[in-house]
Amino acid sequence: MQAQKQTPPNNELSFARADNSTLVVRIAGDWHLRHGLPSGDLVAKQLDTAPKPTRLTFDAADLRDWDSGLLTFLIGVSELCHKRNLPADWSPLPEGVRSLVQLAEAVPEKTGARHEASHSSFIEELGHEAISYAQSLDDFLRFLGEVTIAFARMPFGKARFRRVDLMIVIQDCGARAFGIVTLVTFLVGVILAFEGAVQLQQFGAAIFVADLVGIAMSRDMGAMMAAIIMAGRTGAAFAAQLGSMKVTQEIDALTTMGISPLEFLVLPRVLALVLMMPLLCIYSDCLGVAGGAFVSATMLHIPLGTYLRETQAAVTLTDIFGGVFKAAVYGIIIAVSGCLRGFQCGNSSSAVGDAATEAVVTGVVYVIVACGIFAFIFNVIGI
Amino acid sequence: MAITHPLIKSTDGKQALAATFAKDGPPPITVKNLTMAYGSFVLMKDINFTVNHGDIFIIMGGSGSGKSTLLRHMLGLIEPAKGEVLYGDFNFTKGEPEQREEMLRHFGVLYQGGALWSSMTLAENVGLPLGEFTDLTGAEIREVAALKLALVGLKGFEGYYPSQISGGMQKRAGLARAIALDPEILFFDEPSAGLDPISSRLLDDLILELRDNLGATVVVVTHELASIFAIGSNSVFLDAESKTMIAHGDPKDLLAHSTDQRVRTFLTRGGEDNKTEKSARDHG
Repeated sequence: MQAQKQTPPNNELSFARADNSTLVVRIAGDWHLRHGLPSGDLVAKQLDTAPKPTRLTFDAADLRDWDSGLLTFLIGVSELCHKRNLPADWSPLPEGVRSLVQLAEAVPEKTGARHEASHSSFIEELGHEAISYAQSLDDFLRFLGEVTIAFARMPFGKARFRRVDLMIVIQDCGARAFGIVTLVTFLVGVILAFEGAVQLQQFGAAIFVADLVGIAMSRDMGAMMAAIIMAGRTGAAFAAQLGSMKVTQEIDALTTMGISPLEFLVLPRVLALVLMMPLLCIYSDCLGVAGGAFVSATMLHIPLGTYLRETQAAVTLTDIFGGVFKAAVYGIIIAVSGCLRGFQCGNSSSAVGDAATEAVVTGVVYVIVACGIFAFIFNVIGI
Repeated sequence: MAITHPLIKSTDGKQALAATFAKDGPPPITVKNLTMAYGSFVLMKDINFTVNHGDIFIIMGGSGSGKSTLLRHMLGLIEPAKGEVLYGDFNFTKGEPEQREEMLRHFGVLYQGGALWSSMTLAENVGLPLGEFTDLTGAEIREVAALKLALVGLKGFEGYYPSQISGGMQKRAGLARAIALDPEILFFDEPSAGLDPISSRLLDDLILELRDNLGATVVVVTHELASIFAIGSNSVFLDAESKTMIAHGDPKDLLAHSTDQRVRTFLTRGGEDNKTEKSARDHG
């Protein structure tokens, strides 16, 4: 019998031939995961070396201590034997090892259960992404249609939701959003005024900072900033709330009780944002103008009264109502995006996080698209 | 004889589906040639069974066999790939949405985790269906909600939120909500999951009590052998390997007479005949 040593001393693996037809796998020493595992290729190489063995057995006389490391190695050996249809004698191994190997092999692998790695080309990936975006837009429009139908049922008293829920959502997306809206829109006013002042001062036209800030805030920036804040704050919250309700089967419970989740959960949220967004927009406009006035007073030394008179002269009611109208539409977009992503949420906790993220992305993207469409339409109709 | 529901007001003024659950009428639930599939992946096919009045009908099978999915098909939460579910004479699968919605009001469902609405107190959870589907006043709703909570041993917990009570209590509160409208059919999805043996036994006793006193037909999804033998009077066994039902009948009869090895293995916990039969005798 010839033996050759092939692995480090902690887990010793060697091979021998009892006769020309039997391969003896000698396992000795301590077999621990922390020492690393010998490669199954060593056994495969022995099995394929001529004369090819017709039987495999083990010699574990010098085996001291073992853990899952040994089992992992033995399962690999077992697979090699199965592939070659080679009978193996496991009896020389300790009983505990044999039982655990048997346990690991007791249930055969389910056919088709293993995920096959798939490689698709760039064009294929691009196509999938395009289809996915088209599907996403289709889902959004369908959901918007369903919400519209539910709204149409509301005046006839056929849409069911709790008034208290509406009040809670109004409080949450109205009064509680004031702090962050105040900070962000005041700073936007400051930035607009600062950037404008640097340029306008060169022409001695610093007073027109008031026009710049007033028109920008009332026509677009007030509604847009309020929408972006609400998409990140409230749209994500809607998706997370509805997503977690889906995970805990609360939405199923409504459905099986004959209560439409769309009416019960979506209507109060959409209604609350449609009511609150115009108010937040007007508030944003005022705070933006205040930011501009602050820069003008401190940097350009324009008195507050002069600044406000200039703003009043520059900004028309059409500008203000145009912004307010846009804000209401943005409110619908944000609420519908948030609720749609919540309803589409999977059944795991990580899916809730994904739903919240997608709600923000969808909300912001659609708000900006809508802003572009409004800019075009307002230009065409001369507003 | 038509049953007039004691609580529910009919949305269109007609007792459209009231006769569906007449005791001398057709079986309350019939599942015909049902195929359940996710896209092209068929989960179960050729499911056929009938649930009779007053049955406690067990849907059993190993993990992943599609028990809860079958329940979701029966509740209309998933549309079948093929086949249909009938409640009395009413074809629920092909019914108009308004009729299906009205039919749902005759059901009570207890979900695995209770599925209580977390933003509402227990009384509000139980009171919501009462407020939506009855003409009861606010004070009356509070009284009925308190009664339903008392029935499940939660007297005094009306003002608690779901997050303030234990898992077992949440299940009982979910049951109180499920029986809020005195439903004709009660569905339970894994009622014993996550409960200790004593709470589980108490819930089983409660199910029996409600069946006897409310006259409801009960459908339970479970794989808890103790519960199956304690309360089940009829059952269907789903097998994941053959992708269909392989047994139908009283679980105790199946244990005693089934010749199918898969059913016997399941009902005897893989061969512990003596212990399980003893358990069946104790409960039966």
